[in-house]
Order: sequence, then structure tokens, then C-alpha cells
Amino acid sequence: MKYFGFIWRSAWRKKIRTSLTILSVFVAFLLFALLSAIGYAFKGGADVTDAERLIVIDKVSLINPLPMAYKNRIAAIDGVESVTHSTWFGGYYQDPRIQFAQFPVDPYEYLALYPEFTMPPEQIEAFAANRTGAIVGEDLAKQFDWKVGDRIPINATIWTKSDGGLSWEFDLEGIYTTSDPRGNTSTMLFHYEYFDESRAFGQGTVGWYILRVDDGADPVAVANAIDAQFANSPNETETSTEQAFAQSFADQFGNIALIVTLILGAVFFTLLLVSGNTMSQSVRERISELAVLKTLGFTDLSVLGIVLSESILIMAIGGLLGMGIGWLLVQGMMEEMGAFLPGIFLSPAAIATGFAIMIGAGIVSGIFPALNAMRLTIIDALARG
Amino acid sequence: MRLIQQIIAVTALNLRNLPQRMASSVVAIVGVAAVVLVFSAVLSMANGFEKTMLATGSDDTAVILRSGSTTEMNSGFDYEQTLIVANAPGVLKDGDETIMSSELYVIVDLKKKGSDSEANVPLRGIQAGAFDVRRDVRIAEGRMFEPGKNELIVGRAARQQFAGLDVDSTIRFGQSVWSVVGMFEAGGGVSESELWTDVRVLQGAYRRGNSFQSVRVKLEGEGGLESLTAALDADPRIDPDVMTEREYYSSQAAGLSQFIRLIGYPLTILMSIGAVFGALNSMYSSISVRGKEIATLRALGFGPFSVLISTIVESTLLALIGGLIGGAIAFLVFNGFQVSTLNGASFSQVVFDFAVTGDLLRQGLVAALIIGFFGGLLPAIRAARMPVAQALREL
Repeated sequence: MKYFGFIWRSAWRKKIRTSLTILSVFVAFLLFALLSAIGYAFKGGADVTDAERLIVIDKVSLINPLPMAYKNRIAAIDGVESVTHSTWFGGYYQDPRIQFAQFPVDPYEYLALYPEFTMPPEQIEAFAANRTGAIVGEDLAKQFDWKVGDRIPINATIWTKSDGGLSWEFDLEGIYTTSDPRGNTSTMLFHYEYFDESRAFGQGTVGWYILRVDDGADPVAVANAIDAQFANSPNETETSTEQAFAQSFADQFGNIALIVTLILGAVFFTLLLVSGNTMSQSVRERISELAVLKTLGFTDLSVLGIVLSESILIMAIGGLLGMGIGWLLVQGMMEEMGAFLPGIFLSPAAIATGFAIMIGAGIVSGIFPALNAMRLTIIDALARG
Repeated sequence: MRLIQQIIAVTALNLRNLPQRMASSVVAIVGVAAVVLVFSAVLSMANGFEKTMLATGSDDTAVILRSGSTTEMNSGFDYEQTLIVANAPGVLKDGDETIMSSELYVIVDLKKKGSDSEANVPLRGIQAGAFDVRRDVRIAEGRMFEPGKNELIVGRAARQQFAGLDVDSTIRFGQSVWSVVGMFEAGGGVSESELWTDVRVLQGAYRRGNSFQSVRVKLEGEGGLESLTAALDADPRIDPDVMTEREYYSSQAAGLSQFIRLIGYPLTILMSIGAVFGALNSMYSSISVRGKEIATLRALGFGPFSVLISTIVESTLLALIGGLIGGAIAFLVFNGFQVSTLNGASFSQVVFDFAVTGDLLRQGLVAALIIGFFGGLLPAIRAARMPVAQALREL
């Protein structure tokens, strides 16, 4: 540390070169931050799920409905604390290109299973009391500028009403937030009862069941018991934890993660080249200076340390700036684009990886010039200078 | 004329010296190559996806869905409604028979090859007319399924991406067992991501009664679509959306390709900025190495303008080399690289190949040249303004 001033000054001996190097490091880490946040969105929020919640879907495909009669049979299985259901509505508001999720649910049951949805108690009461009531997450309310009390027409793409109509109207009774800032608040919930009575077909079925296991019960054992219960029936089930469900859905996007990794690889390779080149140039120019240091009594190791620290310093300045700006941008995107790209988040794991890469890249790009500097013999170096 | 000779002389001298400044030149080249590589890779994904979706769309085939449904899976018709379409004007007939196929479109969970995760693979129930409304589909291996049997034919891309779809194997969905009897090709279109079977069998297996989800008909030349649309809109027994197959598939493609582009272009711009810094760095160091040479040239009477041009030519050339390398790698590695992803619009998997097109490579090279020009401009100005006396004194 006592050499910090010295390292700082020598890092800036060529201002333009150092600034340009820092700027390219900055861009690389900015990209790293943004791509990590987008990659996180593709994981479908698998991290914010609840390990004690299980999802029961039809074994053949998620799109096949399950009979409503399964509810009591699931509730009777050992280890099941509470169970509710949900269904994919698949409607849109005004513009069919803007997709968001709507689920017909049983208000009290559903909100009891999702305690992370928070909203004022009077709004919950109002929602439960109004047959055509609905609640939405705050991102969604912001996106469409909806206020409590609004009447919202949703156009169905699947569920025609029994009168042949496609427009379902709901009264907005509440707006929920989630306790976790990463939580998805781009969803609309309304009454299953109203939905089931008014739809033209499919009565008495639901999309999937959600349940919570008893404290201490083994989720895997409960899942197996449920699937065994319905084996060899016309609707065999597949039960998984909410996390596994979210993950397997995210996996459907496939090689996106691989592509993000490839891009990051290309970016970092370039970055290492740029900064490695700068470092070796800067060492080459300073050979006589380093020889003077050694003449003054600096050991080989301290010379190595000084050159290496300079490279890590340059990497850290650019890296911290890039990660910092990237973090700010991601925060902004969470605010503004929450509904367009839900789940975008710069995770602590990604930030830690970023720091590790900064240090690692600093070492890799500085190590060869530093070793050269360490191996310098004073006489040769002074003669060359 | 003398100016041009000067420029040529200085530039030639400059380029002949390039090998001496290898390290920093390589850095500039690699920086630009990485930009072009990433640009081509990301956008070839969007390109490939669109190519697959649009290869399927034909202008003389109409797709009829229930009004309001954005995709086949959401739609629904009963048998009587499909008959209304069959007897409507504007559709092409073969003798008395309308060329049509009323279809079901469901998804089944299959595992992706080399992975444990399940994927929503589309399973389509077709009628015999399916091969007449899609003229580019042909059986490439095995045979056609027999009507009424639990037999499947699988698309070429589906067989490559998903496990257990080899011809002559059997596969289980829930309680029903199916034999894969053939493999079909569809000109690289999205149908190749699908599994096909007899619609009657699928209705039974999925308890769909006598219902269908979409109807495809061949259109009767000019104006066929208009007369069909008008007739169906006027009929109170059916409430359809009528569109050409091409329109249908471009609407299915829009969301995902927009999304890829929305990420791809800003990414490229950001990376290009990074590459400009890299190029600036190597050009500045090239100039500081050549300070002596430039000052000597100036002392001999070469003008500042020729020095300026030669520096810009150098950086642009380096960027062009980088662009060519990046484009070549993108083409070799990514062109034809097959992936499958979930298309949100249809909630099912689409298999497609990355397509590194000539147009994309051209765009990449233009980006490289822009990077090279801006990376060289400031250093070139500095080189041209270098005071001769001072530069010579520094020797």
C-alpha cells in the first residue's frame, strides 16, 4: 500500500493510453453487467420461488387441463398443508403484442399460498367481495396507467364467453407489490368462479394446482405421492417444486445462456488483449526506470508487485465504473421495463463474479510484463535504456 | 496530382512498417473482429429464426382461426364450421373436393437431446389435404402414417433436436403409445419442428370430440382471399380471422425476432464503442512509435494532409482485416448452427439454424470500417499537427 502513490503516478504516465484502456475495460464490464442481468431474466426467476410450494401439472403437457375434482384428492394426501389452483387465461389489453399473464384464481386461497404478494387488507376484502373484481401487480398497473376503481376490458384469445363474446371486463380492486424487489408484479388475478361460469367451454377444469407442504414434510415424497395417486388415470400428473418448474420452463429457451456466454467470452478476450498490450508497452518504455528502482534496492518481488498492481488498478478502475453504471442502468430498466422484461436483475452472484474477473484479468494481463520486469538485470537494462 | 502522389507514398511507407508494430495492430484487429463476430452471431440468430418462420408461409394458402385467437393453439372450430369454410367461395378445388386440411395443434413434453429439460414440442393433427396445402412437404424417410392408427411422422429438425424421435421407435404420451413411422422435410420451414399425426386419432387421444383448431385452404388465384374473407365474415355461424399463411407466420415471428434485435443492436453499438477505444489506443501508439519517421517526412516537405490520410488508411485497413476475420469466424462457426427455443407467440418450440447472410456480413464490414475510421481520425489529426522541430529534437 505504501507504494500506492507511486503506482498511481506511473499508471498515468501516458494519460491518453491509460484513459483509453480504462474506457475499453469500462465498456466490457458494462456489457457484463447488462448481459448477466438479462441472463438472470431468462432463468425465469427460479431464485425467488418457494421451495415448499409444489406445482401439479398434466403429465403430457402444461396445456392440458386438470379436473377440478383433483383438488380434494390432493388436499387429502399426507403432507399437503393447503392447495389451490390457477389457469392460463392468455388475454391481452388493447394491443395483442403486449403479453402479460392473467390467472383466474380463488382470491383468499391463492393469496394465502403467495404471502409475498402484499397489498392493503381492505383491497383484499374488496377483491374477494366483487365477483368481477381483479388485482394487478404494480409494474403492470404502471405500464397501462391503471388505477384502483378502473374498469378494464381484457380480450380473450382462448376463452370465449358463453354468449360468444371475447371481451372480459374486470373492476380493478387492488394493486399488489412483492416483498422481494425481484418478484414478478406483471400479473393480473381475477375470480375463478366468474371465469368458470362465464366461459363457453372447459367448465370444471383448472390449468394446474399449487400446494404448500407441511413444515418438515419432504416435498419430493409428497410430489411422488400425488403423482402415484393419479397414475393410470386419464390425467396423469407431474408434480415438481416451484423452483424446478420455473427452471424447466426457463430451460425451454435453450441455448440462450450458451450464446450469452460466447459473447462474454469474445468481449473478455478482447479486453485482455487490449490491457495486456498496454501493460507490456508501458513496461517496455520504463525499462531504465525499473532498473533504477532495482539499483535503489527494490527487490525483484517488489518490482513484480508494482507492475502487477498497476495492471490490477487499471482493470479495477474500469471494472468498477462499468459495473456501477451497469447496476444503475439495470435498476432503471427494472423500474421502466419491468413489464416488458420481467425478472431482469443484477444478482449478487454476478457482481461477485465481476469482481473476481477484474482481479483475475488484471493479473493475467499484467503477469508477463511483470515477470519480465522482475527478471531484468540492472546492467543490461541500464545499458538498453 | 502531387498531393495524391504524396499520399500514396506516405501510405505505402506506413503500411510497409506495419509488421514492426505487430502487437498493437493485432490488438486493433482482434477488437474489431470480436465486434463483427458478436454482431453476426446475435443477428444471424434473428435472421435464421425469421427465415425458418417465413419459409413456411405461402401466399396462396389461407389460415383460418377463430376470431381473437393469436395462434393456432388458442383457436377452435367445430366440424360444421370447417364445412362452412370448405364450401365458401375463393377456395381452390380439385374436382368437387376443396383442397383443405382442418387441423389440431397441441404440445407434448419431450426432452431436448443432451439435456434433462422438457420442451413444448408441437404435435399437429392433419388431414390428408395437408400435403396439398403445403406443397413443399415430402416424406424423406420411412412412410406416411396410416389414418386411424397411433402413428406419427416427425419433422427433420424435431428429430435432430428432441430425444426419442428416430424412425421406427415408439414414444409414450401419457397413456397412449405412438410409433414413429416416418420423417418429413418442409423446405427448412417451421413445420420441420413439428410432429404430425392423423387429426382423428389426435382428437380421440386429447378428448377433443369432433373439434379442430385451424383450417388451411388453397386460395383460388387473385382475389381468392378477399372473396373467402367476405363470405366467412358475412356468415353468422362462424366468426373467423382469415389470413394468408405468410401473414400468419410473420405475426408469429414478430415478437421473438424483435426481442433478439432489441438486444443485438445496442449490444453491438456498445461493443463497437469499446473497439473504437482499442483502435484509438493502437493508433496513438503507432504514431508515437513513428514520431521520428513522421517528423522526418515533414522535414523533407511532405504535407500534413498526406500524413493524416495515411494514418486513417492504416486504421481503416486494420479494422477491415478484423472485420473480415470476425465475419469469417461467424460464418464458419455459426452459419447452420441449429438451436431450438420457445417461441412465446405459439408457446411451442421452434427449431432453426443460424443464418449468417451476405447482408449481415456486409453490415458487419460497414461497422468495422466506421470503427476504423473513427479510431484513426483523432490520432491522424494529432500526427498531422505534430510540430516538426520539436519531434525531431526528441530523437
